[in-house]
Amino acid sequence: MTTATAQQADTPVFHVTDDEHEHSGGSTMLGFWMYLMSDCLVFAVLFATYGVLGRSYAAGPSGADLFDLKLVAVNTAMLLFSSITYGFAMLAMEKGRQAAVQGWLVVTGLFGLAFIGIELYEFHHMILEGATPMRSAFLSSFFTLVGTHGLHVSFGLIWLTVLMVQVSQRGLIEANRRRLMCLSMFWHFLDVIWIGVFTFVYLMGVLK
Amino acid sequence: MSGSQNHSGGHGAERGEHGASHATLRGYLTGFVLAAILTAIPFWLVMADVLGNATTTAIVIMAFAAVQIVVHMIYFLHMDSRSEGGWTMMALIFTIVIVVIALSGSLWVMYHLNVNMMPMAPGDHPM
Repeated sequence: MTTATAQQADTPVFHVTDDEHEHSGGSTMLGFWMYLMSDCLVFAVLFATYGVLGRSYAAGPSGADLFDLKLVAVNTAMLLFSSITYGFAMLAMEKGRQAAVQGWLVVTGLFGLAFIGIELYEFHHMILEGATPMRSAFLSSFFTLVGTHGLHVSFGLIWLTVLMVQVSQRGLIEANRRRLMCLSMFWHFLDVIWIGVFTFVYLMGVLK
Repeated sequence: MSGSQNHSGGHGAERGEHGASHATLRGYLTGFVLAAILTAIPFWLVMADVLGNATTTAIVIMAFAAVQIVVHMIYFLHMDSRSEGGWTMMALIFTIVIVVIALSGSLWVMYHLNVNMMPMAPGDHPM
């Protein structure tokens, strides 16, 4: 053992000797925040596109004809409930209660699934009425913006499922706590984006 | 090397305390109640057509959205000016600047393009 250490000291080392995992926790949250901010720019561009094209109906249906605000209100509630239940999962994580974390993650996942289900139902309904993404510039930009948000939520659900498997197998170890915190930021970030969607797309879409 | 490890360890402990001091049941519930109110009012304003004027309603619901985004940032994302040595706030401010430029620039330029590109006869409906 001592000879190995002596040899290591003599031979030059061409790689980072610090254990990466000792450090990754400190900068992961900031790095993930940077990702969220760049994702925010993606949504900003899609919002700008919708802002430019959102009233170009090409003599097709307008938002006032298509949007069902009651459905959107239910959808908004689903996402808001999933945000608070994820918050409860984080509180349980800080107390180290694994069963409670898993339980709240299941509830969060079900609310997320309900959100995606309602959104797919809405899209399906619109497409059946002939309001496809090909119908007008308004509908192209609408499906791109709202669909991108829906895809993010879908990937969040996949991530949530994978994390639940990880937590069940390895418990609330440091790495899993870090991952849960990243997903927490991602999930709350999507709720923030949804505020913009329901305000600019749905509510302002039905105003004359 | 041991110095750097001590540093990272101390940093981690500081972060832990930091997170714990912000993520509380009270904080999440406050955020949830505020968010629910700030969501319900714009929906009510539009669905019941309370104000009777589209422009006023649009301005009011945009103000509600802005306040709700701040509420989510504080109570759910636990943003403050001190976390990560202020770098999360710097990144956020930079992003907001870019978002404002992208949004206002696109709307402004494209509005003018539309106006200049599409001379309309009085009877035509451009939209």
